[in-house]
Amino acid sequence: MSNVLVYAEHAHGKLPKATAVAVTAAKKLAAISGGQAILAVLGTSVADVAQAATNLGADKVVVVDNPLLSYHLADITAAALAATAEATGSATVVFAATSKGRDIAPRLAAMIDASIASDITDVNDDGTVVRPMWAGSVMATVELTAAKKVVSVRATAFDAASGAGAPIENLSVTIAAPAKAMKFGSLEETKSDRPVLTEAARVVAGGRGLKSAESFKTVLEPLCDALGAAMGASRAAVDAGYVPNDLQVGQTGKVVAPTLYIAVGISGAIQHLAGMKDSKVIVAINKDAEAPVFQVADFGLVADLFQAVPEMTEKVKALAK
Amino acid sequence: MKILVTVKRVPDPESSIKVNPEGTGIVESGLKWVVNPFDEIAIEEALRIKEAQGDVEVVVVSVGVSESQEQLRTGLAMGADRAILVKADRPDTAAVAKILVKLVEKEQPTLVILGKQAIDDDSNEVGQMLAHLLGWPQATFISKLTFAGDKASVECIREVDGGMETIAFALPAIITADLRLNEPRYASLPGIMKARKKPMEEIDAASLGVDLTPRVRIKKMAPPPARTAGRKVESVDELINALQTEAKVM
Ligand SMILES: Cc1cc2nc3c(=O)[nH]c(=O)nc-3n(C[C@H](O)[C@H](O)[C@H](O)COP(=O)(O)OP(=O)(O)OC[C@H]3O[C@@H](n4cnc5c(N)ncnc54)[C@H](O)[C@@H]3O)c2cc1C
Ligand SMILES: Nc1ncnc2c1ncn2[C@@H]1O[C@H](COP(=O)(O)O)[C@@H](O)[C@H]1O
Repeated sequence: MSNVLVYAEHAHGKLPKATAVAVTAAKKLAAISGGQAILAVLGTSVADVAQAATNLGADKVVVVDNPLLSYHLADITAAALAATAEATGSATVVFAATSKGRDIAPRLAAMIDASIASDITDVNDDGTVVRPMWAGSVMATVELTAAKKVVSVRATAFDAASGAGAPIENLSVTIAAPAKAMKFGSLEETKSDRPVLTEAARVVAGGRGLKSAESFKTVLEPLCDALGAAMGASRAAVDAGYVPNDLQVGQTGKVVAPTLYIAVGISGAIQHLAGMKDSKVIVAINKDAEAPVFQVADFGLVADLFQAVPEMTEKVKALAK
Repeated sequence: MKILVTVKRVPDPESSIKVNPEGTGIVESGLKWVVNPFDEIAIEEALRIKEAQGDVEVVVVSVGVSESQEQLRTGLAMGADRAILVKADRPDTAAVAKILVKLVEKEQPTLVILGKQAIDDDSNEVGQMLAHLLGWPQATFISKLTFAGDKASVECIREVDGGMETIAFALPAIITADLRLNEPRYASLPGIMKARKKPMEEIDAASLGVDLTPRVRIKKMAPPPARTAGRKVESVDELINALQTEAKVM
């Protein structure tokens, strides 16, 4: 019997949906190992986060309140999690496969000499896990052979866990501060009033076909707003500086699976499809009828986006009235 | 200063990857092999540091099959000074990290630059593991690297979920390159000629005294569930109608 520890990511007093999803995977793993799923909230003055964490369906919430953890740099956070896993009898540590989770998880795996699988999409009854490789061209079933295990969980692969009433336990652990420490400088957050890309039910994504930052504003944004959708982008659009990097969807960007994904002026390279092909309904608007994106689109409109998108925006707005 | 850059041999990202009928691996025949795209960016960054600072040696290293020499030659042709190939049979990420520790101990670099992820296994693990094993700071997914005036520390801008994060630390350190760190150069013809004469050392992983027992075992590979193409619509009206009445998502 051993427990499963879940790293609770948090920012501005909130837990992302990705953490609730990680709890679902952790509960599956805990059922196999016959232990509990324990959510670890690390930080300073995290009472609100801890309270919110009690509603994510874990068996228990442990709080490690320590000034060293005011910002979750990889070195110190991995050390804190190693100590927390030890103190809670957890042989497995689960992360959300976010940029933070993927930064910390392998460092922790090396620290506790664990097997690691990143970005898992399923947990089998025999304890093996499934993860995509080659931009999702291959789904591999992986056995984690070491006694200790670390996984990060793809946020679109499981439902979010919920369930109130997990007890909170304050834990005091000794954290070995690294000799050659990392130092936090600043975090420049992309501000947006739109839904969070990875949590939105609808996503409108733009590609190189938009041709400028200006047309992301004047053409794509109005459609996003009319639909209440988050905005996404292809790598080409980000590389060209049309939109910030954190909007990139794909193999090396974010993975999304909304109810509705509208790809505008995106060709549909495999690296892009890797980040959105599990969406429920995919729409593609592209002037090239041969664009590969049409091979995954439920509905394809061959049209000039500069005409079709404003027309669609007006008609969606009219429907809302 | 010495910079170690890791280079993995991977299938061209443009190639179409198919699982073999036995489900034990991918069909390798006909594949074109290249330097992992993130590692090209890592090489480029090292070369730019060399060009800016002068007294810098850039060593490219790869762990894998003998043919990885081709990818190391590409690194040399871009401008790296020498190459090391550690021969190993399909090492997992933990094994690669442990092998790299040995090379770092031997070479004593000030900086190790890796790619953020290998586009074959998509693990995104080796840099972070290596950083812990060496007890060094790490900056993953970086899009900008700036040296302090005394060149003893660096500031890194990282691409994170919510935006851009800046962190700093003293060297030595590990950094992993994201897509927008730089635009890698192509190897020039004179570069390719020169690369032929640059030193390429070969080491057998077994001689390094590290435990190469896999910590992860791939039991099976399968293609992902197929998504079939839907249909084309003729107009915006038809599209909206389909989303309302057929797909019921609006
Ligand atoms: C290692 C690696 C990682 C990568 N990771 C990612 C990733 O995470 N995400 C990602 O997206 N890509 C990624 N890529 C890049 C990917 O291979 C493609 O290059 C990229 O997705 C192309 O972006 P795009 O579709 O916007 O541009 P293009 O391929 O140039 O397509 C533009 C499309 O717009 C259409 N168009 C142009 N004008 C109009 C118009 N007026 N009206 C309608 N349609 C129009 C064109 O027909 C075309 O289909 C990666 C590549 C590599 C090598
Ligand atoms: N076999 C290898 N040889 C050299 N470098 C590697 C190897 N495997 C991984 N790396 C490096 O580690 C980075 C991350 O790889 P991964 O953790 O496998 O996604 C890659 O971009 C490479 O720079």
